[in-house]
Amino acid sequence: MTTNSSVTAPTPAAAQEKGQRIHIGEWIIENLIRLAGLSTVLIVGLIFLFLVREGGPAFLDIPLRQLFGSRWYPIEGIFGLLPLLVGSLIVTVGAVVIAVPLGLICAIYLGEIAPTWQREILKPLIEMLAGIPSIVLGFLGWVVLAPLIQNAGAATGLTAFTGAIILAYMSLPTIISISEDALYAVPKEYRDGALAIGATQWQTIWRVVLPAARSGIVIAVMLGIGRAIGETMAVMMVTGNAANIPALSSGVIFQPVRTMTATIAAEMGEVAQGSLHYNTLFGIGIVLFVITFAINSLAGRIVGTRGARRTGAKL
Amino acid sequence: MENKIDVRDFNFYYSSFHALKGLTIPIRERQITALIGPSGCGKSTFLRSLNRMNDTIAGTSATGEVLLDGKNIYAPDVDVTDLRNRVGMVFQRPNPFPQSIYDNVAFGPRVTGRASGRALDVIVEESLEGAGLWGEIKHRLRDSALSLNPGQQQRLCIARAIAVKPEVILMDEPCSALDPVATLKVEELMRVLAKEYTIVIVTHNMQQAARVSDFTGFFWLGELVEFGPTTQLFSTPQQELTESYITGRRG
Ligand SMILES: Nc1ncnc2c1ncn2[C@@H]1O[C@H](COP(=O)(O)OP(=O)(O)O)[C@@H](O)[C@H]1O
Ligand SMILES: [Mg+2]
Repeated sequence: MTTNSSVTAPTPAAAQEKGQRIHIGEWIIENLIRLAGLSTVLIVGLIFLFLVREGGPAFLDIPLRQLFGSRWYPIEGIFGLLPLLVGSLIVTVGAVVIAVPLGLICAIYLGEIAPTWQREILKPLIEMLAGIPSIVLGFLGWVVLAPLIQNAGAATGLTAFTGAIILAYMSLPTIISISEDALYAVPKEYRDGALAIGATQWQTIWRVVLPAARSGIVIAVMLGIGRAIGETMAVMMVTGNAANIPALSSGVIFQPVRTMTATIAAEMGEVAQGSLHYNTLFGIGIVLFVITFAINSLAGRIVGTRGARRTGAKL
Repeated sequence: MENKIDVRDFNFYYSSFHALKGLTIPIRERQITALIGPSGCGKSTFLRSLNRMNDTIAGTSATGEVLLDGKNIYAPDVDVTDLRNRVGMVFQRPNPFPQSIYDNVAFGPRVTGRASGRALDVIVEESLEGAGLWGEIKHRLRDSALSLNPGQQQRLCIARAIAVKPEVILMDEPCSALDPVATLKVEELMRVLAKEYTIVIVTHNMQQAARVSDFTGFFWLGELVEFGPTTQLFSTPQQELTESYITGRRG
């Protein structure tokens, strides 16, 4: 402003007009953004309302003891959700137990240990794994994995374990690539600080890098679990779809189960709209919604407290 | 006076870039040696060669010898974690871990398996005391290290370094991110630490070198132009280049 004021000194009026134009433009953009944000909230709200309208009657019309009972015989009008809940739980927990350690180790290898050329080959491959349609993995589970498991001694190859493995592979790319990003975001200064004291590479990773990347890793795991819980088709193909609670024994994961998602997908086509069975399937949807919501807010809580501490620390 | 470290005809390369050229420098025991020179002349590279932190950068290589108590640290049988236990480092930007103050100081003793429990508490207290920080923060050992101000963070890093009882402490422009008051505190601390430790400090601030160090080396484009007692180097420099640099006509 000091050097070239003589060149393009705008008249006060022109400046004001220009200012107003910017002001209006900004007003429009601001409100468009607000609209987009509000519509997301609105859509989620509407979905939930719809779920409650369609699924709500199930919770009112079916006696609670039956609803949380262990028998799911929709044809006889008995709607016990427990076998489906247990089925989902076993498959999901199984998937998490397999996928989280494997994913973390993989991310640590990629982010901290692998030489650059390996990382450049492996990262795109892993992202490609994320792009495989779940039905293809289900197919693989059916054709390859199930016979293997049956040969290993299970009564059938279509078991909770088979589903867990397929789900684990489905959530692995998410877990790996997001945790690797989290590790990557850890400043080099922390690693240097640890190494300069005489920590080994492993001590540096375990005691400094992983804790520093914790919030990102939690998000990675939660997103991975989210993918596992919501997955339907592949699981339907390989878990055997038996809606009964597997006998509690050491082989509990080697028995067929049926998940909540698979139940909705399998039975939705054949119910009469408005029937109790129909309402109950939506009721299952509500249960799924609540579970996912709980996981997400748990993740938010874990990440949130840490975030607060970090900003508090900055002062 | 003993030489704690003897650098002999040392060369260092980033791939094909010859960053340090034929350096021969004596580092005296329990003295402060300052390295000055314009930015990019290889001071940090040299400092990081003394504890082999340059090993973490791919494509680097070195020739010549760095003798620590007479033993070449680049010999194949040297364990770099042992070496770094003996030769600690404080960085330009304070880099406490995002953990509690206590855990930061306890880090070294824990990874080396030197202490735990009550003994560890003692080491943490001694180290914070040694870094002149104990009085200020003894009531908040469980607070995040990131809640300290930059000056305190740098002294925490010094405490973290001395918690493993090193023999040498390398400091790479330790005050460049600090305000004058915090700088003064760190400089006073260096004088105290020099009673026990051998200190090598890189600084671009010639007044600082003159104030704190016993010996000064002047670097220029990867070479050592002049080395000598600090008072002598600043009052009667032998090289014209040194004289023009310290009087502010070059660099
Ligand atoms: N990681 C690196 N890779 C390649 N060249 C580097 C690297 N670090 C420093 N250099 C180069 O080495 C020379 C010395 O750098 P440095 O030791 O950081 O200087 P100083 O600390 O004196 O400012 C500079 O020319 C710099 O560009
Ligand atoms: Mg430097």
